[in-house]
Amino acid sequence: MATASTTTGFIRPLRALIIPFLALLVALLAGAVVMLLSGDDPLAAYSGLFQGAFGDGKSWARTIRKTVPFVLTGLSVALAFKVGLFNIGASGQFVIGSVFAVAVGINFDGLPAFIHLPLALIAGIAGGLLWGAIPGFLKVYTGAHEVIVTIMLNYVASLLGGWTVYAGGTQGQTPGPLWDRTAGAISETPDVLSSAQLPWLFGPPYRVHYGIFLALAAAILIWWLIFKTPLGFEMRTVGHNMRAARYAGIRVNYTIILAMALAGGLAGLAGAIETLGLNHKFAPEFGGAVGFDGITVALLGQTHPIGVLLAAFMFGALDGGAAAMQFESGVPADIIQIIQALVLAFVAAPLIIRMIFRLRRQTHGDAGSPVSASWSGP
Amino acid sequence: MNQPTPASALKRFGGRYGNTMFIALALIGIAILVNVTPLKEQTWLRVLFGISALNFTLRATVPLVLGALSGILCERSGIINIGIEGMMLAGAFGGFVAKTSTNHWPLAASLIFSVAVAVAIGGLMGAVHALFSIRFRMDQIISGTVIIIFALGTTSYLYNRDAIAEGKFSSIALPGLARIPVVGPVLFDNPPITYLALIMVVVVHVALFYTRWGLRTRAVGEHPRAADTVGINVNRYRYVNTSLGGMLAGLAGAFLVLEAVGQFQEGMTAGRGFISLAAMIFGNWNPFGALGAATLFGYTQALQNELLLAGVTRVPRQFISMLPYVVTIIAVSGLVGRVRPPAAEGKVYETEGSQ
Repeated sequence: MATASTTTGFIRPLRALIIPFLALLVALLAGAVVMLLSGDDPLAAYSGLFQGAFGDGKSWARTIRKTVPFVLTGLSVALAFKVGLFNIGASGQFVIGSVFAVAVGINFDGLPAFIHLPLALIAGIAGGLLWGAIPGFLKVYTGAHEVIVTIMLNYVASLLGGWTVYAGGTQGQTPGPLWDRTAGAISETPDVLSSAQLPWLFGPPYRVHYGIFLALAAAILIWWLIFKTPLGFEMRTVGHNMRAARYAGIRVNYTIILAMALAGGLAGLAGAIETLGLNHKFAPEFGGAVGFDGITVALLGQTHPIGVLLAAFMFGALDGGAAAMQFESGVPADIIQIIQALVLAFVAAPLIIRMIFRLRRQTHGDAGSPVSASWSGP
Repeated sequence: MNQPTPASALKRFGGRYGNTMFIALALIGIAILVNVTPLKEQTWLRVLFGISALNFTLRATVPLVLGALSGILCERSGIINIGIEGMMLAGAFGGFVAKTSTNHWPLAASLIFSVAVAVAIGGLMGAVHALFSIRFRMDQIISGTVIIIFALGTTSYLYNRDAIAEGKFSSIALPGLARIPVVGPVLFDNPPITYLALIMVVVVHVALFYTRWGLRTRAVGEHPRAADTVGINVNRYRYVNTSLGGMLAGLAGAFLVLEAVGQFQEGMTAGRGFISLAAMIFGNWNPFGALGAATLFGYTQALQNELLLAGVTRVPRQFISMLPYVVTIIAVSGLVGRVRPPAAEGKVYETEGSQ
């Protein structure tokens, strides 16, 4: 991402937005073509999508609610990108964060909310940190590529999360430690105690919780970390050129592990916020599809925290509107995934968009530096 | 980091095909011993090495080894292919659609046609990956991710839940060979794509190391500038290899739909493409190494299956299901030590003066 890595200011000129915007436009058009080819009505679909995302107060609330986890998982992937690492593991980190947060949230009855809630949130961050640090450690000390390790850890996390709420097996397997004993054969945790729940900003039927402010704060904090601190400078240097960073005396190994851990912490916070703010419990189906979307959000946002905010909002709208679209027009919500893949393709290959719109090239070599150059470690 | 490890000792023993082949052979050896000796009481040994465990191992190995071969073809020419998962899924879906729309044909013709479609779709995805990576200079890992998300979305969007594929490949016992105890029923009584996958290992090995095409492919992946200097068209080799790799991934998809399951399920590849990548790395970018690694991973999946079926353990099933993934992590981090990928991997090649 040549354009992204040179972007250092808090708000860049609108130019940085041109490519993502055109990419979205082309992707929507391409999605319309796909719908036409398979006999669906794109106009009805897109109007349903828009209504579902911004039609009334409830739609807006849903869009905002869905934006929150995208911001955090997007930041998680973006932060790793800045250090030249590809964190595909946000969904696993999300699950572990959820489990840690819920473990604190259902215990410690009688704690006041101003201690219990922060404690549960911190537990979620800590879970994500630990889960994210594993691929960092393995990369530094064994050369295992973070892409494979994070993908495998996603499966492990999902199974581990499933086990913590496991209702027990027919062959006498013991139930998981967080399983709700009153739930019978259902595998889920009890509800989080009210002292650990994120309060509503707008209560039901809107159901918008204070998580949106946590997400905004995280975006500002990460921006500050990356662009205004010595550590952020070291991270960006490692991301640009690992060998040069090492010669310059930067602790490359430490930076890699720390970056992966922080990325995990962000995704873990996303999981904590979703469980403490919205679901109020953990069950295997509250998994981390959001984590995989974090990749697209991060790339769409050009790996810049402000870009991530905008991209997450767009994803929140697409996701929030998808169900309404399917209901109104009968077009399967899966079309949204196709559109997201196309947006990602066009953003990652600006040459395609430049060719379609005959834009002039900004700098030499649009290709940008590779995200992960090779399979062997540093 | 350079201390001698058991793995490195094994590696010397195993020669140029890496340590993985050796581990796989050792497992097969133990299995033969267990199966030809009467050990009725030893449930654990049956679970670990019974004929059904070995059969399951082979079934689980086929898509992994095809995926790994796909990765080898791409990466030996310098293109990282993380999108194997997507190509496999797209191939599976293509094969399924072809099968459902030719249900009225004779079974064999319909199946062969469906395999051809699956392979073609996989090849198409490979070509798109090459186009993204070479022509549009997209980051290859991102391009692979696009392929995966696109395949997941498109196959779910187009999947018609009412469609049913009628019939799938059945086993062909090779005359004579299938009668050998243990080895016969495991290796020589299989459906056609399984044989084809095993043959492809040999074909890719010979093609890579004993043909002009293979030499040039490896040159393009190691030192494209040098290859270009002696007149090899670097990007053409990359296009061809990535498309061929996509075709192999498509064949893996065909195996899942037309031979293993018989139907399509959303997201049915379930991480096999990623485990193939690990098998490729574990096998050090060699076809036989990849076969050994894929066998090992396939064996962990078989073990998971056998343990759950036999009910010999009270460990919660989630931990048993973790086996393949944990073994993969250990394989890529602990056992392999330093692997050496093709040197020019992941880099866009531009001829001098093209900018």
